[in-house]
Amino acid sequence: MNLTVNGVQHTIESAPLTPLLHVLREELGITSPKAGCQQGGCGSCTVLVGDAPRRACLLPVATLDGAEVTTLEGLGTADALSPIQTAFHEHYAAQCGFCTSGMVIAAHGYLESGGTPERESIQTALAGHVCRCTGYVKIINAVAAAAGGEIEATQRWLPQPGEEAPIEIPGAPA
Amino acid sequence: MTAPDVLQPYSPEEAVSLFEAGVTVIGGGTIVVPDLTSGRLRPERAMLLAGAGLTGITRDGPRITIGATTPVSELVSLPAPVGPCAANVADVEIRAQGTIGGNLCAGEGIEAPRGDLQGALLALGATVRSAGAGGEKTEPLEDFLPQRKDRLLLDVSFEEPSAGAFAPLIRPHTHDYTTLAVSAARAADGTVRLAVGGVAGHAVRLPGAEAKASDVEAAADAASADAAFADDALASAWYRERTLPVLVRRALTQLQEDS
Repeated sequence: MNLTVNGVQHTIESAPLTPLLHVLREELGITSPKAGCQQGGCGSCTVLVGDAPRRACLLPVATLDGAEVTTLEGLGTADALSPIQTAFHEHYAAQCGFCTSGMVIAAHGYLESGGTPERESIQTALAGHVCRCTGYVKIINAVAAAAGGEIEATQRWLPQPGEEAPIEIPGAPA
Repeated sequence: MTAPDVLQPYSPEEAVSLFEAGVTVIGGGTIVVPDLTSGRLRPERAMLLAGAGLTGITRDGPRITIGATTPVSELVSLPAPVGPCAANVADVEIRAQGTIGGNLCAGEGIEAPRGDLQGALLALGATVRSAGAGGEKTEPLEDFLPQRKDRLLLDVSFEEPSAGAFAPLIRPHTHDYTTLAVSAARAADGTVRLAVGGVAGHAVRLPGAEAKASDVEAAADAASADAAFADDALASAWYRERTLPVLVRRALTQLQEDS
């Protein structure tokens, strides 16, 4: 069977009932979807199937022949982050980072489906995602900023070779 | 562990011909796949129903028919009690993946009753078309539920109610199964049906309460005799028994307001 992941087509060898998560991580070496609970309950494996956020740990790969899957690696690059990635960066919405790829994918799906900056709607959209650092306030702040159009579409934030890294921490003493 | 034989039908007819009791049917995968991953379930044969052409909602006059693999998210826009009940199932991603067939047919969980949609569809007087031993048959959902493990659900249908209401206990977390929820519907002919989910085994009708449905307090008082209560991590049987009359009262009051 075939699967297109982040625009690259792959022929898949895994057994038909293998969850997409293990195909991505173990057969294709794409590791942004995290193997957290592997029971559908934590959200850290969330990827886009077509345009819709889905739990990669719950999808038998045989049901996805010909599907297009996008993981965090496919949303943006270090030089050109997607708006929601920029929002997470600017609002310090990643702490340990384990839930972040799932959170970003779910938030991306929320924005693409016309999500508003209203906090209650964001909470509903992210309800299935667990952050064990409990960094929810900053995550919701980031999504609200992106939904409110406060974030530039792309932003270069990594220093180029030879360039000194700018250290700017919003709210920190000068 | 030997890998199971995987059956992958591409039409409803093929699904019916490949099905036999004992095959593990995978609809959306939200219930079965975690059990496969953890090793709680080690089937010899599994059937992936996703490509079998059993997805979609059709309307024929007042009759609404829902294919087995229609995702729960598609039910959210249907009339109460099934619409609000579907909106109360799990989270955005799970609703888009879990199917009505899987939700209705799920066995009892290890820690809680499953089958969030059973109560709402019982209240709507839904009928189920299924395949299995003795061929295809259409029967009321309450007759289907006890034998759900041995049959392949094909579709569910019901007539649009003249009024509907859904009164759940608020879920402690979005992923929790129904702790207790009462569904009520008034059919076009005036019949009021009441059902409760989150009780022992599977959801059940509340015949004693239905008989007194015109008197909200009398119906609420009669309800507890109609159900056996689950006793699990979500709530004690004691708590469920004492909460049921409250939810019956809420559902019937909503139903009157909706009429």
